[in-house]
Amino acid sequence: MSVELDQQVGNSLYEKSLDCVHCGLCLTSCPTYLETGRETSSPRGRIYLMRGVAEGRLSVSETLSEEAFLCLGCRACETACPSGVRYGEMLEETRALVVGAGARRGPSAVLERWGLRLVASPRALHAAVALLGGLQRLGLDRLGLQLLPASLRARLGGLVPVVPPAAERKPLPEWFPAEGVRRGRVALLSGCVMSELFGSVHRATLRVLARNGFEVLVPRTQGCCGALHAHSGDDARAAELARVNLQAFAEVDTIVVNSAGCGAAMRDAGHWLPGEGEAFAAKVRDIAEFLDDVGIIQPKGRLEATVCYDDPCHLLHGQGVGPAVRRLLEAIPGLELLAHREADRCCGAAGIYNLTQPEMSAAVLARKLDALAETDPDIVATGNPGCLMQIAAGLTARGLRARAVHPIELLDEAYGRADEAPGTQPAIP
Amino acid sequence: MAASPTVSADLIAGLEAAVGREACLSRPDELFVYECDALTLHTGPPVAVVLPQDTAQVQRVVRTCRAHGAPFVPRGAGTGLSGGATAPDGAVVIECSRMNRILEVNAEDRYAVVEPGVVNARLSEAVESLGLFYAPDPSSQQACTIGGNIAENSGGPHTLKYGTTTNHVLAVSLVLPDGELLELGSPCGWSPGHDLVGAVVGSEGTLGVVTRAIVRLTPIPEQVETVLGIFPDVVKACRAVGSIIRSGLVPSALEILDQRTIHAVEDSVYAAGLPRDAGAVLIAELDGAASALVPQAEQVQRLAESAGALRVERARDAEERQRFWKARKGAFGAMGRLAPDLYVHDAVVPRSKLPEVLAEVCAIGDRHGLTLSNVFHAGDGNLHPNISFDRRDEDERARVLLAGQEILELCVRMGGVITGEHGVGTEKRDFIGLVFGESDLEAMKHLRAAFDPDRVCNPGKIFPTTRFCVESNPHARGYDRVPLG
Ligand SMILES: Cc1cc2nc3c(=O)[nH]c(=O)nc-3n(C[C@H](O)[C@H](O)[C@H](O)COP(=O)(O)OP(=O)(O)OC[C@H]3O[C@@H](n4cnc5c(N)ncnc54)[C@H](O)[C@@H]3O)c2cc1C
Ligand code: SF4
Ligand code: SF4
Repeated sequence: MSVELDQQVGNSLYEKSLDCVHCGLCLTSCPTYLETGRETSSPRGRIYLMRGVAEGRLSVSETLSEEAFLCLGCRACETACPSGVRYGEMLEETRALVVGAGARRGPSAVLERWGLRLVASPRALHAAVALLGGLQRLGLDRLGLQLLPASLRARLGGLVPVVPPAAERKPLPEWFPAEGVRRGRVALLSGCVMSELFGSVHRATLRVLARNGFEVLVPRTQGCCGALHAHSGDDARAAELARVNLQAFAEVDTIVVNSAGCGAAMRDAGHWLPGEGEAFAAKVRDIAEFLDDVGIIQPKGRLEATVCYDDPCHLLHGQGVGPAVRRLLEAIPGLELLAHREADRCCGAAGIYNLTQPEMSAAVLARKLDALAETDPDIVATGNPGCLMQIAAGLTARGLRARAVHPIELLDEAYGRADEAPGTQPAIP
Repeated sequence: MAASPTVSADLIAGLEAAVGREACLSRPDELFVYECDALTLHTGPPVAVVLPQDTAQVQRVVRTCRAHGAPFVPRGAGTGLSGGATAPDGAVVIECSRMNRILEVNAEDRYAVVEPGVVNARLSEAVESLGLFYAPDPSSQQACTIGGNIAENSGGPHTLKYGTTTNHVLAVSLVLPDGELLELGSPCGWSPGHDLVGAVVGSEGTLGVVTRAIVRLTPIPEQVETVLGIFPDVVKACRAVGSIIRSGLVPSALEILDQRTIHAVEDSVYAAGLPRDAGAVLIAELDGAASALVPQAEQVQRLAESAGALRVERARDAEERQRFWKARKGAFGAMGRLAPDLYVHDAVVPRSKLPEVLAEVCAIGDRHGLTLSNVFHAGDGNLHPNISFDRRDEDERARVLLAGQEILELCVRMGGVITGEHGVGTEKRDFIGLVFGESDLEAMKHLRAAFDPDRVCNPGKIFPTTRFCVESNPHARGYDRVPLG
């Protein structure tokens, strides 16, 4: 295959690839290397391929195209790398290169294009989710699945989320007042999938922020963060979406995000919109990071439950937020935080990776479930919609008793219980 | 150099039959990433890479290679720093990463039976709950494999007290170059006759493919004290090492990091709060019974101070100690911040010569206008002068190689040897004549020939290239010219 290499991307990729000294210290942080044992499927190997292409020693080859998308984009390798390799950026550039070269084909690519169009259009997404919810209530969703081509059916099978009732999917208020002493004003990213499928998490976020003295704006004009587009190599669309949000959030200083993937992408806005994007990125705070920074009002309600907190990659590796979430959870009376093995490792959700790379995703998830089964908590907490869906589906399929929730829901629950009655209460059912 | 052979489709088909299609890589762009290990100066892609699951598959692979006249190269994680896992023309790489099971742990007899692809650090993690650990701790332990450690006789910071890999390998199963399986050693650590396990350890993959090993497990010491000596320069830190050893203390580790290294790690994800103003830091670790440690740590402190330490600190708790070690172990990688490429050198000198050698090593770097930093196992006299460079700059590259050679010659002159733990590989094969005469090399070649008479297992390593052989040893003419298929 001979493809003209975009010179600018090539140069940028080349410069970044020079940061890697080939030491291999990242190898065992990489889920796809652990699964396959192949150097080609390791961070060091992928960087070597990128460098090979950038140097003109390789063309945009089959292996690079495959590996660019077999990579989960979890960025665990960045956390492991002593040399400061900016792998996430390199991956996005490489994906754009592969897509630009027309080297991305097959059912995964089709699925991806579909999905990306859907999330970028709030109306289409709302309609699609409503349709799915309707089918689910009529018990027809399985039937609908049968109508899809076999290759897609296999991928969607266990993963279709249960659509919450319409009450939870109705739009959030544009403004939510602070309670008690007012400490400030923030905005909330409502996002695409979060609003449709995790309205309850948004409402919990609003209540917790209010309880801690923050009034919350939820600008109507905001849209999808563009993370999924950027991760799939569609930089132009990511930039477009980032610009919309840049305007929507122009008047606030802090944008609170409760979806790790969205937060990480928004913090990278500078890549797509140099200058203005950086200022926008500087406003972004993950909900846990924000609450930990400002200090929370000690929750009084008890939550007798054992909890495993599983780090979303885009929170831990993408934004460097980990201990903050654990501190918040530990503040909840009665809650016992249990450490499980490899909490910092990807669960295999990785955006829509579970749809585009079902086999690898399942293998990575299996490892996660092994670790969770060993510790056997009442609750698994994780702060990203993709991870929540993936882990929830996995827990059910494996027959584990734990439920998956967003950490903010636990905090909200603890505040809520204090309002009901003091004293010990049973765990959230 | 042999002419590049044409890859036979039969060979690939045979390998696919041996391990399954999915476990056999043969597309040129896949092979491209296997063209080097962590030493990027030496490159050459293999003709195929196989990822066997077990001993039987390794045997099938080896027999297939033989049938097609292809040499083969075992590979672990490719963190080797001497080109050991680099494949010469026409070779097949046998990547052991999928053979990564811990087969048995015997806490009472203190051993573990492992496959070669088990990652060093995973083994210690797996036996921690039993109060045991696997003592050899190369800085690359988060990634490197037991198979690679055995081949290189790897050491680590704690080698000072616990010894290198060879002190911890009790038995190995070795697939010989004819496909037969050889079992050497025993779990109890004693085996009568020649010490063939000892011969396999450090053989750099030239005797066969290790497919299983029984390794010693060591009780986790009751307590650990970590003392940090902050010095104005490296030479004074080296003097402190000398006086600590002379005092009769047996620290478990004595490591030195120079200022450039400290800055590089402090800029990285492994920042541990090491003082940036220090010219050098000495990490001295003591372990053992709690009651004995406090006076020992105080003694180390006094010795460091009288050797010229600016101040001496102690790790406050296990967490801080972990941070120091992560910083130490991330040091090579962190050096990637200084320039695109890094040449990690490795040589040993008698401890008493450290101050003198270190000063001269720095002078060599300066003379060639190179960025050189030192982070090393001072207690063992094992130096790692690291030269940062940019391989695109031909002139700089040449100076790096020249400086490297001068450093090796210096160390040998001072009574040292050309490698402490990274092996000879392709990197130093032409320098082996600095420490061995013809008859020494002959003896080694005879040993190798007893295992691998046709020189098909990891050819081109350890022994000098043809040109060098002809000059130094007429009997060895063409020894390593590999018969290619
Ligand atoms: C950042 C960094 C730090 C390091 N620190 C240290 C250190 O402190 N101490 C130290 O000693 N080394 C160190 N090294 C060097 C390297 O990690 C060791 O040599 C390690 O043992 C190599 O293991 P590997 O699994 O990566 O082997 P590879 O690099 O894959 O192979 C090394 C050699 O082992 C042979 N081999 C591999 N598997 C087998 C097998 N199953 N049977 C037979 N032969 C086999 C190969 O043919 C090759 O010759 C460091 C390297 C790096 C990059
Ligand atoms: S840890 Fe960093 S420098 Fe080392 S191989 Fe991985 S990406 Fe490269
Ligand atoms: S982003 Fe994750 S999957 Fe991709 S190379 Fe890094 S560690 Fe591996």
